[in-house]
Amino acid sequence: MCVHVSKLKTFGLVLAVVLLNAVGNLSMAWGMTHLAAIALLNPLDYLKAMLNPYVALGIVLLILWLLTRMTLLSWADLSFVLPLTGLGYVLAAVFGRVFLNESVTASRWIGTFLVFFGTALVGMTRQKTPAVAGDSQ
Amino acid sequence: MKWLLLAVIVVATVLGDLLQSYEMKRSGEQAANARGLARLLRMIVSRPFLFLGIVCMAISFFAFMALLQAAPLSFAVPASAATFVLETALAKLVLKEEVGARRAAGALLVLGGVVLLAR
Repeated sequence: MCVHVSKLKTFGLVLAVVLLNAVGNLSMAWGMTHLAAIALLNPLDYLKAMLNPYVALGIVLLILWLLTRMTLLSWADLSFVLPLTGLGYVLAAVFGRVFLNESVTASRWIGTFLVFFGTALVGMTRQKTPAVAGDSQ
Repeated sequence: MKWLLLAVIVVATVLGDLLQSYEMKRSGEQAANARGLARLLRMIVSRPFLFLGIVCMAISFFAFMALLQAAPLSFAVPASAATFVLETALAKLVLKEEVGARRAAGALLVLGGVVLLAR
């Protein structure tokens, strides 16, 4: 069960995790805006919200996000995964611009650059701390 | 109210991630396919720590939704993103991960970027 996972494969899974989260959230948010009338105070309202196809799709995608992220955590350190999945914030900002027509200010450009630069730095480090003898499985 | 929700988010996120990471390190590398994902679902119900970790994630998710009603996105996103500095420190201290200068600097740059993105 201790196959070595290449970094390229890990980056591929990071991309999948980031995309699932961003698209899942977008789908949920899209569905919820059409449910603005309901109060979401009692559990029944939550069930009603889940009947909306966009909300339902969002929930499925977010469950897949959780599971693929767990797989990623079995391949790499938490301190490696966290900054890399920070790329999702850039994607969320891009979605905000495309779907909500938000403007891209100078500080957002700088923010995007910092996230990419930080991600690249972390990406260069060793993805998994080797287990201490007798400590694994 | 927003500070209480933020505290709930920080505690739940940190605990949820640490528990998940701890359990996933113990389980060895999992396959990224349908069978692997089905196996993870079974692991969630059979391992108490992992189950608790997922419960924490759910609490964090709903607390974040509530925070979005009580505060603007420009407060909610950077404030909750701050958890990953705490998590990086705890990953080193509790999970014994190798966090060198490069990884620490990268994490701080990403945090700075997230704060700017949310403005």
